[in-house]
Amino acid sequence: MDMPIPNSAVLRDKARIVARLAAVLPRDAVIHDPAETRAYECDALVAYRCAPMAVVLPRTTAEVAAALKVCHELGVPVVPRGSGTSLAGGAMPTADCVVLGISRMTAVLETDYANRFVRVQAGRTNLAVTGAVEAEGFFYAPDPSSQLACAIAGNIAMNSGGAHCLKYGVTTNNLLGVTLVQMDGTVVEIGGAQMDAAGLDLLGLVCGSEGQLGVVTEATLRILPKPEGARPVLIGFDSSEVAGACVSDIIKAGILPVAIEFMDRLLIEVCEDFAHAGYPDCEALLIIEVEGSDAEIDEQLAAITAIALRHKPVELRQSQSEAEAKRIWLGRKSAFSAIGKISDYMCLDGTIPVSALPYVLRRIGELGAEHGLRVGNVFHAGDGNMHPLILYDANKPGDLEVCEALGAAILKLCVEVGGCLTGEHGVGIEKRDLMDVQFSATDMEAQMQVKDVFDPAWLLNPAKVFPLEASAGRRVG
Amino acid sequence: MRPETEGELAEAVRGANGPLRIVGGGTRGIGSVSGELLETGGLSGVTLYEPGALTLVAGAGTPLADVEALLAAERQRLPFEVPDLRGLLGRDGASTLGGVVAANASGPRRVQVGACRDAALGLRFVDGRGAVIKSGGRVMKNVTGYDLVKLLAGSWGTLGVISEVSLKVQALPEAEATLCAPMAVGPAVAAMAAALGSPFDLTGAAWAAGEVRLRVEGMAGSVAYRTGALRAHLGGDWRVVTGAESAAAWREVRDVGPLQGLTGPLWRVSVKPSDAVALLDGLEAEAVLDWGGGLVWVCGEGDVRGRASVLGGHASLLRGAGSAFHPEAPAVARLAAGLRAQFDPRGIFNAGLMG
Repeated sequence: MDMPIPNSAVLRDKARIVARLAAVLPRDAVIHDPAETRAYECDALVAYRCAPMAVVLPRTTAEVAAALKVCHELGVPVVPRGSGTSLAGGAMPTADCVVLGISRMTAVLETDYANRFVRVQAGRTNLAVTGAVEAEGFFYAPDPSSQLACAIAGNIAMNSGGAHCLKYGVTTNNLLGVTLVQMDGTVVEIGGAQMDAAGLDLLGLVCGSEGQLGVVTEATLRILPKPEGARPVLIGFDSSEVAGACVSDIIKAGILPVAIEFMDRLLIEVCEDFAHAGYPDCEALLIIEVEGSDAEIDEQLAAITAIALRHKPVELRQSQSEAEAKRIWLGRKSAFSAIGKISDYMCLDGTIPVSALPYVLRRIGELGAEHGLRVGNVFHAGDGNMHPLILYDANKPGDLEVCEALGAAILKLCVEVGGCLTGEHGVGIEKRDLMDVQFSATDMEAQMQVKDVFDPAWLLNPAKVFPLEASAGRRVG
Repeated sequence: MRPETEGELAEAVRGANGPLRIVGGGTRGIGSVSGELLETGGLSGVTLYEPGALTLVAGAGTPLADVEALLAAERQRLPFEVPDLRGLLGRDGASTLGGVVAANASGPRRVQVGACRDAALGLRFVDGRGAVIKSGGRVMKNVTGYDLVKLLAGSWGTLGVISEVSLKVQALPEAEATLCAPMAVGPAVAAMAAALGSPFDLTGAAWAAGEVRLRVEGMAGSVAYRTGALRAHLGGDWRVVTGAESAAAWREVRDVGPLQGLTGPLWRVSVKPSDAVALLDGLEAEAVLDWGGGLVWVCGEGDVRGRASVLGGHASLLRGAGSAFHPEAPAVARLAAGLRAQFDPRGIFNAGLMG
């Protein structure tokens, strides 16, 4: 993975930089011993690692601003970090950078149930946001699988989704405001508890900007009343095409499940071996969950069942109890662990129009065969966000490269059919070099011009998102 | 100028000798802009409509009415309930899809499904250099690169001329019902908060013509159940209207019926819902509340903008003396000015409208 050449002037200046940071931050907020900075050398994209020059762990917006100001003045690149759960290398350092981690900023600042929002420090974990409001019967909807660990700041940087987002939207649809600190230390309040932007939608621009426009220290988030209940149904099919057609019919009928999950034969078999959830022996299965009162759930499931039966499923399993509902989800929720137990894998997150599903699944099978690697498919069928899992052997020389080549081919396919490279994980470093598959030079120039406004010196997370050649003129190294 | 293709549009922008006044249907614009007229109506036509994928792609000049008719024929609609402000603002003309997006025009259902910007999956636009730029695509889950779709939505033509939009659509529900009860604005905001804080998934919460209106939509059994459950949850006396009568009640809210025909300064205010009461307290004005109180339409004298500021909100002036847009905090204004300079280096797009 190409990264910019570390700035040797900055590296030589390390002692002074660390001293300047130590002068504006509490002693325990500055880490520079290589034995300790090592802990920040990567995020969840563990194939790529590089220890930063130093790490700062501020506790307040003012401390964040002070640290950024020092780095700005001394020309030091900064890589913001939430919980470091990025699957795309969004928090991966360079050797000359300061990692600015906000994991110590976790407080709940304000809860307002009448106006249905919560304001938190952005280092708080996603699940802990719901934790702060669930006693009053509310929840924060976007629920990435890493929600136990991932930070709101990271969710905002990547515009994270999750299984619930089919019904409730992604982070940008649930974000009301942020406190953003720019690279030069300017603190900007964007949005707030009211619903509209006063002028340009800077909030929508910041969300999904992968830590390149500013560091988010506080966020105002929409909270929703918990539904009365939820229940899943499991439907097995003898072909992926039929499963896809069933999804399409359910959507056209106007039913809005809270989740529609798809698993192909490989995933079904691997998960069944692992979790023994009693999944059927079939080509594809759907797990569909609906919400409401018991009667409403029955009404929706009746409609879904009627539609499903028209497609002659090989299995249709309702849950009659909490235990059965858990069992239906058990296999799906253990998918990544199950795969991880039998093989190294790479998880992609290309998104496609739902109508292209049968074609894309077939092509993925063909591409996998061409490259000699198996690919399992699990994904959020309702919004076309696929998660092809490419199985490879990290101990076999060259296998990672073949895996990456196959991954690139699959993502190009997603773009070809009208989709995109990444539906949830972000570009980070992982998909940087595929950006020109989806965007023209003009499109990327327009995006880079936006960063020019927020961070003219290109010091904030500069090696991410844009191919290095494209951003070369704006970055050092 | 009325380009018929995106290419002609780009040429027109490149060749512009001075400020341009960008107009779709001219039905919902605010403030006043001078310049050579650039009409987008020629960029019309639906290029993709997949009901099973809930996706529509169309030229920015496509009449909104055409889009709504096309969707209705498949028992679908735009989820964010586009207001028709012609009656309120005294306009003629036919709203265009691009204008809807440029104004982030969103009605009562925003309270549940979000605004126009939340349903905008992608767009193409021409920037001030005449470059054609695309952002987003056709899919809801898309975090590839920066979200310029959100930036262009609600930018009122000041960053670029939108040429094409992709929107997420929604199926028409089987049934709808609205609970109505007359009450003063204070109790109204409290009732709306209680309703919106319930698990009954409201798709509308407004106060118009002196009464609170609360809407639920969905499958028939579900609507019947939630109507009863809401009534029990809220207590008090509620009249229930369904079908066409319910739809008419919400068109009245959506199009701000009670303020039509009035004269005097006209404001569109964004506040925390519970602050709507303080906003209006002591004002000699007529008002309509939407989004549980988060959107306040006010017609009358008084320092509405000052009051909105004090409450941490903001007010747009739709009619009257003063600037159309609420002044922004310096740090925000700097960023906005920087973005305008990047996308419109010659300052020709609806110059001066937003800053």
